Amino acid sequence: MHTFEFIRPDDAAAAVRVAAQTKTAQQGADVRFLAGGTTLLDLMKLNVETPARLIDINRLPLAQVEATPDGGLKIGATVRNSDLAHHPTVRRDYAVLSQSILAGASAQLRNMATTAGNLLQRTRCMYFRDTAMPCNKREPGTGCPAITGSNRTLAVLGTSESCIATNPSDMNVAMAALEATVHVQGAKGPRAVPIGEFHLLPGRTPQRETVVEPGDLVTHVTLPPPIAGSKHVYLKLRDRASYEFALASAAVVITVAGGRVTRARVALGGVGTKPWRSPEAEAALVGQVASATHFRNAAEAAMAGAKPQSENAFKIELAKRCLTHALQTAATS
Amino acid sequence: MRDDSHVRRPDLTRRAFLSTAGASAAAVAIAGCAPVSHSAAERGAPGAAAAGPNIEGAVPVTLRINGKEHRLQVDPRTTLLDCVREVVVLTGTKKGCDHGQCGACTVHVNGRRVNSCLSLALMHDGVEITTIEGLGTPDALHPMQAAFVAFDGYQCGYCTSGQIMSAVALLKEPCGPDDADVKELMSGNTCRCGAYPNIVAAIQQVRRNA
Repeated sequence: MHTFEFIRPDDAAAAVRVAAQTKTAQQGADVRFLAGGTTLLDLMKLNVETPARLIDINRLPLAQVEATPDGGLKIGATVRNSDLAHHPTVRRDYAVLSQSILAGASAQLRNMATTAGNLLQRTRCMYFRDTAMPCNKREPGTGCPAITGSNRTLAVLGTSESCIATNPSDMNVAMAALEATVHVQGAKGPRAVPIGEFHLLPGRTPQRETVVEPGDLVTHVTLPPPIAGSKHVYLKLRDRASYEFALASAAVVITVAGGRVTRARVALGGVGTKPWRSPEAEAALVGQVASATHFRNAAEAAMAGAKPQSENAFKIELAKRCLTHALQTAATS
Repeated sequence: MRDDSHVRRPDLTRRAFLSTAGASAAAVAIAGCAPVSHSAAERGAPGAAAAGPNIEGAVPVTLRINGKEHRLQVDPRTTLLDCVREVVVLTGTKKGCDHGQCGACTVHVNGRRVNSCLSLALMHDGVEITTIEGLGTPDALHPMQAAFVAFDGYQCGYCTSGQIMSAVALLKEPCGPDDADVKELMSGNTCRCGAYPNIVAAIQQVRRNA
């Protein structure tokens, strides 16, 4: 691991001032915020991340979960994943978020990992994690060996000729279905970014994963008020029963009235280069009878644009069945 | 009665030998961290920091481990795991994968289980850390330690301290009643020997008696 200066600022403004001195807040950042450490220290040990300065934000007052005036929820950046998953309001009103967090990582990691850290979680693509290999995300322009190599776990949606790395987060998928807003304090002041605009498609610049700029500190996430009568399901399919990343997952928040779907929010995990909200699936559901046929139609719509690689074509059918089953489970719960 | 005098010889044990040899110089150099000699410092003796090498860029940190305060100078890169093992020389906590995937390094921070390999020592200034050495003693085992012995919840033993630290923390976490619930919450601890059924049995026994 490269050495670094360890900085513990007194307030968020001081943290932002130091962070604003980095040349980039994306891959190659020379200043990084440190929260749970479960991604960053892992990648620093691999020399994938080599920041010269670490800003410890764990003692900033960012660890609260509280109601917002509009009836929604405000979740602080350093709220631990386990605390968020077990929070009574989250369990009651945003069950898909609780389920998604508990489907990810291990109990130890969930005690460490934070809201903002999970939002910024890095891909598990083995080429990205191995500095002996080329990788356009880690070293732009060096190529993507995953496209011709080991790609069984990688993405089928949102890929480009430069990168097919999967966003590994479960929490992000639920956040997408819940239409969360990410709040950032930056060098030019605070701003709010809808979750759907926070993560970027790889395109020709896979080293840019989010809209985060130098100095930007994610301070909290807000959720809109809960939808009365909505049913929540997070279903995750993986190579083993626990403690494994998704091959395919689905977060669904649907409302059924009189046998028909009146509202649907659908997002997929494990298959996209970013948390994959599917307006196509939602459009295929709303107004339709809540039946297996229409759920399958929605799944077909969600995966219509999927592009398989040499080893991961199975993910397309897997994701369809995952979403179909999640919708059925939600509709009959 | 079992004769275990051969493992209780106070004059020479493998652990004592390795700890003594490791603590003095080699392990400190590897970990890049040095203990501050309290007694020497308190006496105001010259060369008070001579208990360890002068590490460039070392910063002070105070760790409370098993109720005892340790004032240390550490390289900022030092993980909580390396600090506990190599500086404070509490070697019950094990290093397995060093990437948060195996759980051998599990300790408690303010009563909650964490992977000490993915945490910096500097992040824990002043917080309460508990290692396997802080749970029980050979003469007064923690109920979970006793249950692991009774149910034979190990073979080689390398993962055992992490398993036990995880299991003790689990007792205070939301967990359903079934074996499947325990397995899910213990999935962050890997055992390559395959002692899982006995580990689950040990944990369930302690939960029933709680």
